[in-house]
Amino acid sequence: MRVGVLALQGAFREHITDLEALGASVLPVRLPEQLDGLRGLVIPGGESTAIAKLMRTYGFYEPIRAKHAGGMAVWGTCAGAILMAAEIADARADQEPLGLLDAVVRRNAYGRQKDSFEADLQIAGFKEPFRGVFIRAPRIESVGPGVEVLATHGERIVAARDGNLMATTFHPELTGDPRLHRFFLDRVIGAK
Amino acid sequence: MSDNPTTGTLRVKTGLAEMLKGGVIMDVVNAEQAKIAEDAGAVAVMSLERVPADIRAAGGVARMADPTRVDEIIEAVSIPVMAKCRIGHFVEAQVLQSLGVDYIDESEVLTPADEEHHVNKWDFTVPFVCGARNLGEALRRIGEGAAMIRTKGEPGTGNVVEAVRHMRTMLEEIAWVAGVREEQLFSVAKDLQAPYDLVKWVHENKTLPVVNFSAGGIATPCDAALMMQLGCDGVFVGSGIFKSGDPAKRAKAIVEATTHFTDADIIARVSRDLGEAMVGINISDIPDAERMQERGW
Repeated sequence: MRVGVLALQGAFREHITDLEALGASVLPVRLPEQLDGLRGLVIPGGESTAIAKLMRTYGFYEPIRAKHAGGMAVWGTCAGAILMAAEIADARADQEPLGLLDAVVRRNAYGRQKDSFEADLQIAGFKEPFRGVFIRAPRIESVGPGVEVLATHGERIVAARDGNLMATTFHPELTGDPRLHRFFLDRVIGAK
Repeated sequence: MSDNPTTGTLRVKTGLAEMLKGGVIMDVVNAEQAKIAEDAGAVAVMSLERVPADIRAAGGVARMADPTRVDEIIEAVSIPVMAKCRIGHFVEAQVLQSLGVDYIDESEVLTPADEEHHVNKWDFTVPFVCGARNLGEALRRIGEGAAMIRTKGEPGTGNVVEAVRHMRTMLEEIAWVAGVREEQLFSVAKDLQAPYDLVKWVHENKTLPVVNFSAGGIATPCDAALMMQLGCDGVFVGSGIFKSGDPAKRAKAIVEATTHFTDADIIARVSRDLGEAMVGINISDIPDAERMQERGW
């Protein structure tokens, strides 16, 4: 199965390694034409403003929306979760989300780096807790009807899924735990 | 159901550096420059009192920035804000942590406060980045708690030659440590003056245990792409942007060249008509005592 990882900036190498370890054929995507033929796309963690600027400069917005409309699954982690949302609360004027997942996301929702943290999460369908690494993390403030909440931390939504879309505000690629990557390949890709 | 969150773990500290990879961190001295950097696509800004070229020109003692300037920069941008403290000056570091900066750079660009000891970085919740010219220096800093390394280069020169030298040295020494037999590691650790456990980690994993950026002399998109092709994880640009003719345009060009570092067509396009680059300095024209890279132990 051929999947892509948006490789403009951020922790894309870790996602590539994790997906390859599960047998996927993974392409680092730096130009829009590289989206052709992908079953799924991971938008990694990084700086959402920097990634959004490069996405705009290199014309990624419409091609990603079009490929998703044609069935390409999308998983955003942290910055990626911000970028795939319908709305960014408190966004900079020039910060446009892709508007794929019916959710409102707020950037830097926990404070600055000294407030970054780790915590065990209970993810729907997983038997054992998943170690969540939250780095200047956003939070999902609300989700629309039809969006399933996969995990919360305290009151806050930290993972959500709607058909072939998934958003996580933490970083599974920093833990070596393959369960969410496997879930993306097996269950999110190909879902309606 | 969730446990109490844990802050300041090594994974959380190194994790922020992982998120900065493939990006450009820009030196800024005020809120206006910070906004220009953010608008250009910087992944973080580095707050300091004067950029290295001006520190060089002014001479005297270079210190942490005024907390009011740091506050203004934190207020002005939503990307991470780093700030420099003097080598060994743990009170400047405590103040920067209290101001809420996201990363502290214990930096040879400022005048060292201690000629024997670096800050004990394990004492802090906020992560540190430190400069290094070679593997031993990098592992000593990591042993003291640094969560990110940058090769030093020679700051404030606009001359990439030292950045190249230090990156090549780092990679050659990593390859050497990876290639020796396990029983040699004790003597390697002694030669490198580095903690044995970290030397063993490098031997087994064939890389540094933390993210490694390049710094010190990067002034053009080609310089940034050169360092990326040599194998760094991202770049710091100090004087190169705000001592040039058109900072906003040059900053954006360096960001694009860092992302597309193997695509010469894109690097050529973004390199056009950038205006005056900063005036460079040849390393041989700098007296030994004024070489910033020699600071740090």
